Amino acid sequence: MEIKPVIEKWDGMISALTIGAEAKDGGSRANTVKIGGETGLPLLFKEGNIPNPPVVAYEIWDIPPQDWPEELTAPYGKALNNPFEWADKCVNEFKAKLLCVRMQGGHPDCGNKGPRECAEFISILLSRVKVPLIIIGSGDDTKDNQIMPACSEAARNERCLIGSAVQDNYKTLVASALADGHSVIAESPIDINIAKQLNILISDMGLGVERVVINPTIGALGYGLEYAYSIMERARLAGLSGDKTLASPFICFVGQESWRTKEAKSAGEQGIIWETVTAASFIQSGADLLVLRHPAAAKKISDYINELFVNKDTGQRG
Amino acid sequence: MLVVGELINGMYSNIGAAIRERNKEAVQKCALEQIACGAEALDVNCGPASRQPLLDMPWLVETIQEVTDKTLCLDSSKPAVIEEGLKVSRNKTIINSTTADADKLDILVPLANKYKSRLIGITINAKGIPQNKDQRLELAVSIVSACQEKGFPVENLYLDPIVLPVNVAQPQMRDILESISEFKIISEPGAKTIIGLSNVSQGTIFRSLVNRTFLTMAVAYGLDSAILDPKDKELIDTLITAELILNKNIYCDSYLEAYRKK
Repeated sequence: MEIKPVIEKWDGMISALTIGAEAKDGGSRANTVKIGGETGLPLLFKEGNIPNPPVVAYEIWDIPPQDWPEELTAPYGKALNNPFEWADKCVNEFKAKLLCVRMQGGHPDCGNKGPRECAEFISILLSRVKVPLIIIGSGDDTKDNQIMPACSEAARNERCLIGSAVQDNYKTLVASALADGHSVIAESPIDINIAKQLNILISDMGLGVERVVINPTIGALGYGLEYAYSIMERARLAGLSGDKTLASPFICFVGQESWRTKEAKSAGEQGIIWETVTAASFIQSGADLLVLRHPAAAKKISDYINELFVNKDTGQRG
Repeated sequence: MLVVGELINGMYSNIGAAIRERNKEAVQKCALEQIACGAEALDVNCGPASRQPLLDMPWLVETIQEVTDKTLCLDSSKPAVIEEGLKVSRNKTIINSTTADADKLDILVPLANKYKSRLIGITINAKGIPQNKDQRLELAVSIVSACQEKGFPVENLYLDPIVLPVNVAQPQMRDILESISEFKIISEPGAKTIIGLSNVSQGTIFRSLVNRTFLTMAVAYGLDSAILDPKDKELIDTLITAELILNKNIYCDSYLEAYRKK
């Protein structure tokens, strides 16, 4: 008896978004990165169109990183002491197509850099590397409300992805994105109700939901991965069913979460494994952007994405 | 749920006058107001007083299509009037409606096929209005069978259990509600269900309250669509909340606004 595969058809589409602007669009990037646009569940190629595979972004900081275990610092070597060399290494040696720069140096406890200094850093970074940028704040709301508008302005028309807007602090960042032509990361604490609410608040300010990427907040393997996974699944199902307020691509800060686990920090060189397994899992639940730290993990995940998205026999996607 | 706005109906004096005077603006305003309030489809009815429904129906369709591409629910007891509307429709359509009588089904089901329209089947026949759930089911089965025989996709059929005024047919209310869930299991894939809501409150004093209470209960029984007054904000808020409670939409503090943004 012939068994017919059960194929679900969805009415909705995850919004498609481009990061980076080339010269023809008023920017200065050498390439752009497209994410989103799915009309079906992750990796179910027969159910819908998945025009853009997930993309790996390399995380860099504007200051030398603190508390990173040796397993993680080793591949970067001395370059970590100079963020621009660090960025160069990611792009030239590890072939990063996208960088995610964390303005950690703006944090009151990590140097407390001012807005002008941060803006200058972004300007130099933009002239030094030609890949598109994700720019995220230091995590201190008050300070980020000062430095992020400056960083946003320094990157005007480069169509960056800037973050993170949270429920209690989104207006300054969204206003900057509107003024300077960027998209926004909307972060919610593993809470689908807040993710939806925040998208509505942001769109009420005039930034269309098609310029929002959801950071659902994740946990690494063993630290709530399943919980974040199920939230992403639920949001994706709602988005594909036609709920535009949840039909945004996802960004997952896998490196950040994986390298804070005690397993990654232990002497057994488990960090790369932890980061890789966590990232691979979130590809299944619909991650569109994976922000990773270790180049070996990034390489493994990029290869894995290629394998998933390219049919070996035909060379065709899916 | 598919909300069908009921206000473009010649029986309302403003629309009746607009039809007589060929006042496009009044009809278009009524269409856009209903859509702004959440209607995803619009009922189009020339009204009982129309002297030339064969001309009025296509005029209404053309007039509405100038301002919206929402689905039009062509409402007449006369198949010829419906066909005049179908002929000029560029928007998606729903035929409103056929009864369970063979002579109606023989005309309207092929018409729905020809114009790729959805179809409402009301569970009444020439013998009159059903008195209980079993009679409703019997009529529903005959409509579903006719569609299957004539090659009309049953998932495009909306069965209407005929909602009666609560002050006239109180003992039938539970039967009507239970019919909604039972209609859906007649066939696989199942037909959808629809009600003309406002009838339930005819002649009552608290019309809006009766309407929204009945709608909430009907939604819980699995109702797919209702023809109603979308400008009744409390009614729509109640509908959105009922669907929220049934987990059809994800909660957020601004869930009413979120629903309307869809």
